[in-house]
Amino acid sequence: MSEQIKIREPLLVELSSPGRRGVRFPESDVPPAALPAGLVREDLPLPELSEVDVVRHYTRLSQFNHAVDIDFYPLGSCTMKYNPKVNEDMARLPGFAHVHPLQPEETVQGALAVMYYLQEYLKEITGLAGVSLQPAAGAHGELTGVLIIRAYHRSRGDARRNKILVPDSAHGTNPASSAMSGMRVVEIPSDARGNIDLAKLKAECDDTLAGLMITNPNTLGLFEEHIEEVVQAVHEAGGLVYGDGANLNALLGVARFGDMGFDVVHLNLHKTFSTPHGGGGPGSGPVAVAEHLVDFLPGPIAEIVDHDPDDDTPVFGLVMPKRSIGRVKAFYGHFGVMVRALTYILTLGAEGLRQVAEDAVLNANYLRVMLQDTYHIPYNRLCKHEFVAEGRWEDAPGVRALDISKRLMDFGFHPPTNYFPLIVHEALMIEPTETESKRTLDAFIAAMKQIAREARENPQVLHEAPHTTPFGRVDEVKAARELVLTWFDWAK
Amino acid sequence: MSWKVPAHLKYTKNDEWINPADGTVGITDYAQAQLSDVVYVEITVSEGDEVAQGDIVATVESVKAAADVYAPVSGTVVAINDELADTPEVVNSDPYGDAWMVRLEIANPEELDGLMDAAAYEKYCEEREH
Amino acid sequence: MYTPLTPDERQAMLQAIGVERIEDLFADVPARYRYPKLNLPPAMSEMEVTAEMQNLAEANLTVQDFITFLGAGAYHHYIPAAVDHILRRGEFYTAYTPYQPEVSQGTLHAIFEFQSLVCALTGMETANASMYDGATAVAEAVNMAYHVFRGKRPKAVLSSALHPQYLATVHTYYDASDREIVVPHEGDPTPGPDALIEAIDERTSLVMVQYPDFLGRVYDLSALAQAAHDKGALFGVAVNPLALGLLKPPGDFGADIVTAEGQPLGIPLSFGGPYLGLFATRKKYVRKMAGRIVGETVDTRGQRAYVLTLTAREQHIRRARATSNICTNNALMALAATVYLGLLGKDGLRKVAEINYHKAHYAAQRLASLEGYELAFPEVPFFNEFTLKTPLPVAEINRRLLDYGILGGYDLAQDFPHLDRHMLIAVTEMNSKDQIDLLASALDEIARDAAA
Repeated sequence: MSEQIKIREPLLVELSSPGRRGVRFPESDVPPAALPAGLVREDLPLPELSEVDVVRHYTRLSQFNHAVDIDFYPLGSCTMKYNPKVNEDMARLPGFAHVHPLQPEETVQGALAVMYYLQEYLKEITGLAGVSLQPAAGAHGELTGVLIIRAYHRSRGDARRNKILVPDSAHGTNPASSAMSGMRVVEIPSDARGNIDLAKLKAECDDTLAGLMITNPNTLGLFEEHIEEVVQAVHEAGGLVYGDGANLNALLGVARFGDMGFDVVHLNLHKTFSTPHGGGGPGSGPVAVAEHLVDFLPGPIAEIVDHDPDDDTPVFGLVMPKRSIGRVKAFYGHFGVMVRALTYILTLGAEGLRQVAEDAVLNANYLRVMLQDTYHIPYNRLCKHEFVAEGRWEDAPGVRALDISKRLMDFGFHPPTNYFPLIVHEALMIEPTETESKRTLDAFIAAMKQIAREARENPQVLHEAPHTTPFGRVDEVKAARELVLTWFDWAK
Repeated sequence: MSWKVPAHLKYTKNDEWINPADGTVGITDYAQAQLSDVVYVEITVSEGDEVAQGDIVATVESVKAAADVYAPVSGTVVAINDELADTPEVVNSDPYGDAWMVRLEIANPEELDGLMDAAAYEKYCEEREH
Repeated sequence: MYTPLTPDERQAMLQAIGVERIEDLFADVPARYRYPKLNLPPAMSEMEVTAEMQNLAEANLTVQDFITFLGAGAYHHYIPAAVDHILRRGEFYTAYTPYQPEVSQGTLHAIFEFQSLVCALTGMETANASMYDGATAVAEAVNMAYHVFRGKRPKAVLSSALHPQYLATVHTYYDASDREIVVPHEGDPTPGPDALIEAIDERTSLVMVQYPDFLGRVYDLSALAQAAHDKGALFGVAVNPLALGLLKPPGDFGADIVTAEGQPLGIPLSFGGPYLGLFATRKKYVRKMAGRIVGETVDTRGQRAYVLTLTAREQHIRRARATSNICTNNALMALAATVYLGLLGKDGLRKVAEINYHKAHYAAQRLASLEGYELAFPEVPFFNEFTLKTPLPVAEINRRLLDYGILGGYDLAQDFPHLDRHMLIAVTEMNSKDQIDLLASALDEIARDAAA
């Protein structure tokens, strides 16, 4: 490292002192065995720290983060809602946290009940017939869904169906997940109102069509206005409709994918069902399917396999669906995340879930309307849980969406999603969620308006933002060219 | 905005250039400006490979984008520019010189006729700015 | 509860939007789909939901209620108290992927440390910010090797002694694609690593084994690594990271990819997840590695800083041309492993690995001396897990062991019918000598009862 560079917080390796320890283990109470000749490592280059070193280090680091617990986090399509604290406590109950996945089923009836009831409630919420909780995240759920679609066609001897249609507004994972499962991806453009271009869609609906991946509401935050025709066109061509449930928060208790004719959807428990994002996982991406796909689900899944002869209480077991695509990870999915999601659903009930969607949509539309005179909103109609504004003005030529985002940090807010969806120039994708008060929204509106004024009057303050955060803008080009990816790279 | 468009080269719609005199291929000044700071170049063909017009010969990455580079014409790869792996920044500073990527022995010179000349390419760049 | 708007505020906001009722905001949803009646239990207060969830939790027996010898890919280890205290900081767990480095240096800095620690442990040069688990990390290794050779080497040769759920996951991912997944002796994990050599050819992109393998065995893998490299293939090793506190790291014997299930590093069993996928490789392959990667740089104020780098590989830029679709990883679990390794450090990890080794070897020696029991592979070294041949079907023994308060080892017949009297026994620092002795006397009694 060059000497001029300031170090705000050292790395573990820089805090290390030879001989220091953070944990003591009891001495072994068995006679020692000979270590295996030729298989023992010579050096273990780990740092040496005390517990207080480690705790203070990570506590200080935590203070460099923005988080939902600190303030507003309107990151579009990520649904950064508040994560209820009781959910955290429930996931840490010893009866959940200290259960081995391979214990005999009779010793884990409570864990299987958690899975079973969560599956049942997600079926009810989506209006679909079967659920597997195994996928670990949204993208993993997508891969699973596409594998199910492929397995379905192949089971009918229809192996040439290898084309997946993806709207150009879709998140990049949709085409990537399709390609990863060996499918050919064809992009469908959006029309002037932000809907799928129906004519272009129909032109691609032929006998090689495996399915359509659609996000509804889409990444513009708009409900697909021709959803019935879209589903019908795909089904008539023999394809299946895949729903990316990333944006389900807008429709909880308001409309169900199953009722709209979707065949397979994935849900993001870490978005819609309030489980924390964890700085980038763990998520959970359950897949829900219609009746004709239930047998293809990955497993095992939890089912009622018997009833207690004495009191008729259900006995739960793990079952592999008959024609399952197989497992997509070890064990049953992110169980700890499931506990949180179930706690959330039980806390809210049907009316509470509907309230979530209503307030999420109310908050988004309020922001949209209050900002529409200041920021250009290219698809400006009734939105659902989010909307997309342009972060540029003709009379502020040097200012870009990125500058607006960085300046928002000075007001204590996390920026919106930048540069996505790709079909909007200098996109600012704003999703407030239902857990924000009017007071917070009004403060955000005021900040956005002030930034718009600054863009004309004093653009430098935007270009140099953020000013009040612990770190300024970072040199991404240097990071990518020099590739220092571990502290062992320093020596080189 | 204006971009350097040397008169002696031919251009593709995908923003590659080829020098008809020696078969060297690279990406244009317009392309490097769109990508911004280039951080990585990978030549994906080897000397001796036969490539058809439109085959991928290299990949260029910046911090925010990735672009594949396609063979403007068919031919045999006779040289590749290994040095770009260590000096990707020359794609930004010298796109028509040190940042050549591959040299082709051109198989069908008539394929060159299907490419744009400097005047046409310059117009093509300007059109896309609106 | 979690929706702070008051009725008055809602009304004011509706007015600002220019609609009368909340329902008007959903006018674009076709009427026949609107407002389905959801058959869900009525809402509960926090007190009620806590009681309900506690009831479910108490319907389980935990590894703390038992004397536990069950492993097979998930292990009962001690987790220092400080780990969860760090994880419970809202600044970490309620943040998203660190896209905005100015307000995410806490997460980015910790991931850089995680990448460094994974390299220290595995002897590799570069690591990503984590994957979902040990199984999906192996599947991504297959994918990465395929892309290193740009699809020209479609074949991956995988050991039959990889965890059967890892193999199943790889099959699910790729069986219907143009990748060839070759598992010599599939269904029989007993052959050693030499059994793979014959299957390696010029079409092979990856040769992958587990270390220790699913049956607990630790082989010298250098000859296999050489055999893979002789044919130009990459050599991959799926490890138990705790074992690397003691055993030679795969980087020392020629590994090109190292994956791991990181659960033993401070992550609770939690009925199978969330766990942690570790993934490391040589630096020359870094651009073919999936997942998020953090790099070091500086900020505009001259401070050392960290940022997500090499993002042009990822799905949000490359879309259908990306090598993998992974975006969210298991960052919070990676933080747990980072804090765990920071607390244990050089001496602590070696110490706990040695305790595991000694206790497992004491157990193996005690159990092998019992009438009717013997080690399945007495000549092969192991770490903290070994395969015991039993005189009765393992399922039967395990049922009886529950009466002693013992959670027995894994019944290998569940995956391999011909190993119907083979138990995979894990012994960790959580097992005292007394517990091991109790297991020995229980097994002895069970065998004697059956003989009588």
